[in-house]
Amino acid sequence: MNRKEIEEKVKEFLIEELEIDEEKITADAKLKDEMGIDSLDFVDIVVIVERNFGFKIKPEEMAGVDTFSKFCDYIESKIG
Amino acid sequence: MNKRVVITGMGIWSCLGTDLETVKTSLYEGKSGIGLDCDRLTYGYRSGLTGIVESPVITKQMLDRHTRTGLSEEAQYAYMASRQALAQACMDDGYLLENEVGCIFGNDSSAKPVIEASKIMDEKHDSAMLGYGLIFQSMNSTVTMNLSTIFHLRGVNFTLSAACSSGSHSIGLGYLLIKQGLQDVILCGGAQETNYYSMATFDALGAFSVRMDAPMMASRPFDRDRDGLVPSGGAAAVVLEDYDHAVARGATILAEVVGYGFSGNGCGISQPSDVGSMIAMQRALNDAGLFCNDIDYINAHATSTRQGDMYEAVALDRLFDGGRTWISSTKSMTGHECWMAGASEIVYSILMMQNDFVAPNINFENPDEYSAKLKIATSRIDTHVNTVLSNSFGFGGTNSALVIRKIEKLKG
Repeated sequence: MNRKEIEEKVKEFLIEELEIDEEKITADAKLKDEMGIDSLDFVDIVVIVERNFGFKIKPEEMAGVDTFSKFCDYIESKIG
Repeated sequence: MNKRVVITGMGIWSCLGTDLETVKTSLYEGKSGIGLDCDRLTYGYRSGLTGIVESPVITKQMLDRHTRTGLSEEAQYAYMASRQALAQACMDDGYLLENEVGCIFGNDSSAKPVIEASKIMDEKHDSAMLGYGLIFQSMNSTVTMNLSTIFHLRGVNFTLSAACSSGSHSIGLGYLLIKQGLQDVILCGGAQETNYYSMATFDALGAFSVRMDAPMMASRPFDRDRDGLVPSGGAAAVVLEDYDHAVARGATILAEVVGYGFSGNGCGISQPSDVGSMIAMQRALNDAGLFCNDIDYINAHATSTRQGDMYEAVALDRLFDGGRTWISSTKSMTGHECWMAGASEIVYSILMMQNDFVAPNINFENPDEYSAKLKIATSRIDTHVNTVLSNSFGFGGTNSALVIRKIEKLKG
């Protein structure tokens, strides 16, 4: 899966499953403050990522992952 | 000094309809809501019969994702019924934000999310794979925890689990709290899931009708040829309110709750009791200050099982002594709505009160030696219904009886 495909897939589940408005999803958008993703959403994101990308997010690896772009970087690093 | 307790709003989501008008018409016409769910047979049930309850469509405009994710099936039903009840009581978001309203619902299972969580754990062996919503769906209090969150309810808040009399006890308990002056308004009701996970253990008892060639004729309370109950579900909600409070805010009063009686059988876990049933009924009548002859209609618990119907028939015959009171079991049309039944049957009874009829006990074709002594409405009876006794009896010998009556319309 290339970078573009990862971004598309992440964007898709943010819109479809977390019901985040598409216009809020930009490369530098803050996951929490701008896209409104809270700690409960992250509980579901762990499940969704496992289903879509086949690995389990480790919370300790998420430190500093605070934008859409960094989140895609993280996924890319795990499946690359 | 005791307060008077009235009902100022009601809502229903059942196999007879998903709004009051449709349900009223179903009751009036003696229309059954029962059908065959072949998935139950594939899953391994002995009987595929069930009340066919429409799945609510709850959009993101109605509730946000977090809230919807935590809603179990029965909480969805309860949400839809409660919306109707609160709207009828003229309690909008603004009112609920400014005033303390309580919440007591009857519910005694939430099987589907529990089983789904178990399946995930068996496969993944990692609780992180369960996601956020299942905990809020899987507890028995899923209904009240969700309703209180959605509707900003800040009064008494808990779920009552008492098997098939859960819904009735919830109204009884709400009535007591308001009567004592501890709450002005409580949203009460009962909810029952209908997914095929939820009733397999009940099916295991062989208690369900297997008249699958004629689903609408399968639930036949009091009939000689009954062969078991038909499980069903949905939710019913009523807004209970202190009479003076209702008058002060100009609310329309639908009925008054005047009596609540309860008892325990203290014997076999699935064993009904004529004595226990009578004690609950007599307590409700005493509480209401009424005699048997004051009751116009009895909404019987009768579920269409041989033993349960027999014990209730014996109790009714003994208590009412061949009296003039009309009796029917609306479960002949709905099936057994279990944890919801005591609340839904109050809603059905008020619809009869408002529209001057006694709903028929459909499929009652031949009495047995016990039901032959009762005045059972085999077809709709067009008559004034001012006072109703509603019975609910559950596993473990938990009995509940409620008395409600019509109240004169307020002037001005």
